[in-house]
Amino acid sequence: MSQTPLLEIRNLHKSFGRFQALKGVSLAVPDGCLTALIGPNGAGKTTFYNVVSGRYKPSSGSVHFMGRDVSGEPTHKLVGMGLLRSFQITNIFPKLTVLENVLTPVIIHNGKSFSILGSLKKRVDLREQAEQTLDMVGLLPFANRIASTLAYGDKRLIEIAIVLARKPKLILLDEPTAGMNPEETDRIIHLIKELSMKSGATFFLTEHDMKVVFSIAEKIFVLNQGSPLASGSPDEIRSNLAVKEAYLGGSLDAKGL
Amino acid sequence: MGGIFNRNFLTGFTILILLILAPLVVSTHWIMILTEIIIMSLYAMSFNLLFGYTGLLSFGQAGFFGVGAYCMALTAANISNSFWVCVPAGMFGATVFALVIGWFCVRLDEIYFAILTLGFGMMLFTLAHNWLSVTGGSDGLTIMKMPVLSLPGYTIELFNPKYFYWMSLSVVSLAIIFLRKIVNSAFGLLLTATRENSQRVSFVGQNVRTVRLAAFTVAGALAGVAGVLFAMFNRIASPEMLHWSFSGKAVLMTILGGSGVFLGPAVGTAIFFVLEHFITSFTTNWMIFLGAILVALVLLFPQGVLGTLDSVISKSEKGGN
Repeated sequence: MSQTPLLEIRNLHKSFGRFQALKGVSLAVPDGCLTALIGPNGAGKTTFYNVVSGRYKPSSGSVHFMGRDVSGEPTHKLVGMGLLRSFQITNIFPKLTVLENVLTPVIIHNGKSFSILGSLKKRVDLREQAEQTLDMVGLLPFANRIASTLAYGDKRLIEIAIVLARKPKLILLDEPTAGMNPEETDRIIHLIKELSMKSGATFFLTEHDMKVVFSIAEKIFVLNQGSPLASGSPDEIRSNLAVKEAYLGGSLDAKGL
Repeated sequence: MGGIFNRNFLTGFTILILLILAPLVVSTHWIMILTEIIIMSLYAMSFNLLFGYTGLLSFGQAGFFGVGAYCMALTAANISNSFWVCVPAGMFGATVFALVIGWFCVRLDEIYFAILTLGFGMMLFTLAHNWLSVTGGSDGLTIMKMPVLSLPGYTIELFNPKYFYWMSLSVVSLAIIFLRKIVNSAFGLLLTATRENSQRVSFVGQNVRTVRLAAFTVAGALAGVAGVLFAMFNRIASPEMLHWSFSGKAVLMTILGGSGVFLGPAVGTAIFFVLEHFITSFTTNWMIFLGAILVALVLLFPQGVLGTLDSVISKSEKGGN
């Protein structure tokens, strides 16, 4: 089984009208390998995530998760199998408390979506699971605050906690540090490293900030204008000429490398 | 937290006791008005499970209210006029219609959902209005055999306005307790989460349509119960009960009282009926006055009367600490 990658993409195409957003992307994410997907603006990273997570159907090609062809399956089915994603823009339940934000996926995970027996306040088992998840991202002290009142960086952590609460096998993180200040960025880098080792989930992230990518990723894929450009270890990618050119004619150095 | 729960519980309990004792003090005329308010409160609250909790604006809630009324009337005339048969029959009919119609409506949301519910509501109205042999057409179905409520040992005389009032209060209270249980349950949190961000709910693995359909069906069933009581109260099931303007009434009363608070729609219903009663007693142009007062109330209480009062009280409590 260790030979089967957790996620395997075969020759994936996606067009919107005449515009081809993805032109034959193939890649494999091994179980437990912290993987990153990078590429200049408009490379198709978010489209790629949208197809893999079931938001869009692929035009052609296939998506395999844990050895099963899941191309075009609806999102909630993929999530049921353990494939979850976070969003580039903060996508939480703003008027609910932080605890309720995480309780929602906990309820779904435990198959209690339609349980009307008993007050939620008395469901200690569900609350404990939610509190454990909040503790993993360090938000437990804010459990009873309304989510929209938290600082931006903390809201992004709620987003990650919501995903973790479903006990996923693969997490697609879309630009986890987007809009964060340097302190918040450092905090999330640490957190992703830690969660990647402790939570049992494999992380597959897209990122703008090359510093983040090169400091945490074990394997990197590069997309350019919808086509795969390169793949390999951080060192291999760093020295890849094609990659340097794609990033504004070799300005990778300017991006802090 | 316990304090808040106790305050809510005590308020609810006090209101219930006052309502139970009311017929001993007020005139028959007011008993009738109170009965209507209580029945319509359940109707508005059933609507608010969709609107306030699940975030779905339905313009077809009257359809299920009406189906409940007609199923009750048909059952009483043709099958049995036992209370214990008539009420479940009305509720069952409304549930089935809500399940089928909801299956189509929950495919869309926002304004598109509202238009779908409006469309289905109009179809139900036309059915009631034009299917003469079954529904009696525009005359409706007069309830000749009033349902008989027999309890072990004795029979309750529903022709007596006082007893009818107590019966309605009991049924509506049970329905409201049921609603409260739903709102406080795991399912209740899922409804609120769907309202807040349905996309996020589906991205953590819950089919949002199923959640919405469940809420739609429960709301329809409870509107059906309100329709049953309303038909018994008026001794008739008539097409106006399914008219879209009657659906609009649920929207109006809910927004008036506050969609964000559990008992908001009930407060809105009470204000609406009391106002209507007073204004119609001194002018035939009552709609102008009622409209003006409603506009003023909505402007003064942007979160609804109870909603705004509630947030003012909790703010002043926080300030006090």
